[in-house]
Amino acid sequence: MSIGRNAPGDHRTGAMGRTLYDKVWDDHTVKGYPDGSCLLYIDRHLVQEVSSPQAFAGLRQAGRKVRRSAANIAVADHAIATGGARRLAPDGLAALQLRRLEDNARDFAVPYIPVSDPRHGIVHVIGPELGFTLPGVTLVCGDSHTCTHGAFGALAFGIGASECEHVLATQTLRQSRQKRMRVRLEGVMPDGVAIKDVSLALISRIGTGGGTGHAIEYAGSAIPALPMEARMTLCNMSVEAGSRVGMVAPDERTFAYLEGRRMAPRGVLWERALDHWRGLPSDPDAVFDRDVAIDLGKLAPYVTWGTNPSEAVPVNGRIPDPASETDAGRRGRLARSLDYMALEPGMRVEDIGIDRVFIGSCTNSRIDDLRAAARVAAGRKVSARVRAMVVPGSAAVRMQAEAEGLDRIFRDAGFDWREAGCSMCVAMNEDRLAPGQRCASTSNRNFEGRQGVGGRTHLMSPAMAAAAAIAGHLADVRSFLS
Amino acid sequence: MTPFGRVKSVAAPLPESDIDTDVIFPARFLLLLDKAGLGKHLFNERRYDRAGKPRPDFILNQPPFETARILVAGQRFGSGSSREQAVWALADFGFACVIAPSFGEIFYTNCFKNGVLAIRMDETSHRALLQASQAGDIVTVDLERQRVSWTSGAVSFDIDAYRRRALLEGLDEIAQTLSDDSGAIDDFEARWSSRAPWVQIEGQHAAPDGGKDTP
Ligand code: SF4
Repeated sequence: MSIGRNAPGDHRTGAMGRTLYDKVWDDHTVKGYPDGSCLLYIDRHLVQEVSSPQAFAGLRQAGRKVRRSAANIAVADHAIATGGARRLAPDGLAALQLRRLEDNARDFAVPYIPVSDPRHGIVHVIGPELGFTLPGVTLVCGDSHTCTHGAFGALAFGIGASECEHVLATQTLRQSRQKRMRVRLEGVMPDGVAIKDVSLALISRIGTGGGTGHAIEYAGSAIPALPMEARMTLCNMSVEAGSRVGMVAPDERTFAYLEGRRMAPRGVLWERALDHWRGLPSDPDAVFDRDVAIDLGKLAPYVTWGTNPSEAVPVNGRIPDPASETDAGRRGRLARSLDYMALEPGMRVEDIGIDRVFIGSCTNSRIDDLRAAARVAAGRKVSARVRAMVVPGSAAVRMQAEAEGLDRIFRDAGFDWREAGCSMCVAMNEDRLAPGQRCASTSNRNFEGRQGVGGRTHLMSPAMAAAAAIAGHLADVRSFLS
Repeated sequence: MTPFGRVKSVAAPLPESDIDTDVIFPARFLLLLDKAGLGKHLFNERRYDRAGKPRPDFILNQPPFETARILVAGQRFGSGSSREQAVWALADFGFACVIAPSFGEIFYTNCFKNGVLAIRMDETSHRALLQASQAGDIVTVDLERQRVSWTSGAVSFDIDAYRRRALLEGLDEIAQTLSDDSGAIDDFEARWSSRAPWVQIEGQHAAPDGGKDTP
């Protein structure tokens, strides 16, 4: 991997080529303020149950209205159960939260997708499925993984509840333009290596703060062949590198994915949209403040061993030793991670036994992810020591997987086949680790307690998680494919 | 929002890097619907053992730091999720100011929306401030003069002019946008919808006419 820093150019003069990010930004600038920040128009807003109650409460308190109800979609994904009676009839705090979302959607005329609806799913999975996510739009959500939608060439970023309230009331946000960073993906991924491995390799090298202050654009010779699902995984993980924004320029694959979707433009409007979208990719002479290149051909499958996504190594590697770290701060951090994860320095990654497997989350719960996991699971059995679950990202993914017989493959192998939701990515429902349990997970965060108090998370690709389920320990999926 | 005044207090040192929002405010408490009263769950797993008893080794359980109004944190404090609950919990606990070498971006923004001053400090000054905090020094944060001072040192800090003013005046940003910029927003909407009419989705939810249902 090479890392270069270019002299920052003045992107506002127009004398120089513009990046994809700049083009979408410029299209949405309502006005500039004297301090250089801008009022940015927001086309789309996804509303979920966790970050919205306080925003609507704020509107109510101030007697304000939602400026453009139809620019929103509300859906519950974080706290809902992924099966059983509680899915449609939740109890306790989850029931209150769900009811509050429904009440707010009704009172403010925000379109709402119920849990039982065939369009239901994790916000970042259904936005693209519905054609709500489009190239060249601005899209926000009170959720950090909103960067996922950048896979379509949208300028999409996560915001807090106060900013949600600002968007609901004004359809705008005051923002400052970020620096631009380009991550070039070159070469071809070897069999067994997935786009998740590219993200984990990138974050392990540039760090969880590597993208801070920058809008990332993923480019390079590997992009055209990447399916939309893979682009979404890639952009989704941008926030784990510290960046609120990750984008891929729209191309024919993007258009083919969107054409005919419920909320995508039709007829003459589709043609006009295509014209606009074809002008969005970064100009050849656009300048990036930072450039990073990754050779995909050299990558192995990655797993995280620690408590942030940068603490990752190739699956055939070993757990690092704090003793070999010279910087006291980093040594302390490493020791703390190993302690929380109950791992010994120098041990082989493949010797780490696991208790649970979670295949799901807005990172890796799309149809291609399930196909990749099913390919490994087919004709095999989940280890007796492991409880494994597959949670599709949306009702549509679930239906498609069932049409392809993937649910049978998973069930026959001993996986639990669930209904859509965030589930054990965030452990707000009953899908969670018990203290001390260790999980192979396709989600995006291995933070302390993320999957349940005292739980231990190892992040990896769907195929790697399936391999771990069968082996009963972290395992190299490449030995399952030959 | 109440205007931000000068803060003078002991500063709680929490030098560990990468304290993410899941550590600051664990997800299971996100089921709560209010902003108020979240301070009791701040750093929950670090602060209490499984039986709910305060852990004596955690800094906020040690006098005089349980009354600190300033938190001196490590690198990338508040990275991870966008949950504003992390800031509501810090504010409810009593923190008015968080100082760190770097922050998670959404967390940083969220601080200012809630009257909490987040200060990015270079690593050398940060190290000196940490030492002073550990020694129990009284630290003063003066936003007006953009200065942090303690017994043996002082350092000025950078802050975006708008954020500074918003804090000092306790601005209601939504009210301000509505009063100052409504006309500009109307104009923009008219321009944008004629230039990019496909972006408008009025009415489309009401009659979803099918379309392809593949994931
Ligand atoms: S799947 Fe996980 S990361 Fe994605 S939106 Fe849900 S909780 Fe957040």
